[in-house]
Amino acid sequence: MSEHADTATGSMPSRASLFIPLAVFLVILALLWRGFSLGDPHALPSALLNQPLPEFALPVLHEPGRVVGSEAMHGEPFLLNVWATWCPTCRAEHAELARIAEEYGVPIFGINYKDNPAEARRWLARYGDPYVFSVVDADGSLGIDLGVYGAPETFLVDAEGVIRYKRIGAVDRRVWDTKLGPLLAELRDAS
Amino acid sequence: MRPDGVLLRSLILGLLLLAGHGQASSIDVYEFDTREQEARFHALNAELRCPKCLNTNLWGSDAPIARDLRRTVATMLREGHSDQEIRNYLVSRYGDFILYNPRFTAKTAALWVGPFVLLFLGLAIIGVMIRNQRRAARAGDEMISPADAERVARLRAELRRDTSGAASRS
Repeated sequence: MSEHADTATGSMPSRASLFIPLAVFLVILALLWRGFSLGDPHALPSALLNQPLPEFALPVLHEPGRVVGSEAMHGEPFLLNVWATWCPTCRAEHAELARIAEEYGVPIFGINYKDNPAEARRWLARYGDPYVFSVVDADGSLGIDLGVYGAPETFLVDAEGVIRYKRIGAVDRRVWDTKLGPLLAELRDAS
Repeated sequence: MRPDGVLLRSLILGLLLLAGHGQASSIDVYEFDTREQEARFHALNAELRCPKCLNTNLWGSDAPIARDLRRTVATMLREGHSDQEIRNYLVSRYGDFILYNPRFTAKTAALWVGPFVLLFLGLAIIGVMIRNQRRAARAGDEMISPADAERVARLRAELRRDTSGAASRS
């Protein structure tokens, strides 16, 4: 009966509408494809991009009596590296930081993040100290102000103290060559 | 006690221990001035997401950063900040990611509006289908061929005769 009526009124599904389920399927496929190829789900976009460095007043690792703020770092574009002795990836990226400091002459400042200062000093004595200085963030409060959720993280900051890039995880040769290096060159040209 | 009773009991005990585990994972103790502050602390910990662990709230995570954030939330509560101020502070540091209950912004509009759009689309499609079917049914009645119409009339008459015959017999 329904078939009869459909032919009579001409409302039989047209050939084109037979492809609607296929189209829906393709849309879902495209969405899933995009979703699963986003790569690292840990890579949060930094909320602090293009924001000034947060204010802080923390002691310097090698001169515990000296308390500095972010102004002590301003002047030219610099790197701000969050590190700790308990963080194996920091150990892995250490040589690359030393190479960058030496070859590109960019000031690198450290944030010794939730660490034991004595151990941190020993660690630097043993593996080399690429930092102009490191500040001691014993309870991780500067870390929270910076949106840090692990170590290592590395910020590229311009001469005025505005955060221009954030690297979560180790800085290696590839990251330097493709991201940090070119961005630093850009910042240097601009200033 | 029957052996399967023991089994059942230990199973229940195990499940209870498991159920308790999620909330007991943090052993830090926080002191608050008021019960109300403590309740807000618990509510905030439940709705804020641990940035390190992708799918756990602050309460359920043992990650160091989750502990630090719990401490931050507690401190801000004691300093008298409102829930919204605390949320805003954390969003300014960690982005929308930290909220399990995302705000309505241009970026999240699709998230909030999308389901209603889909619901409306579905209802519209169902409506159109029902209307088409009704129209087809009505048209079907009118479009019956003369031969069929004659047959229907004959069958109806036969049916009437049958039922009245049965009624008179009983």
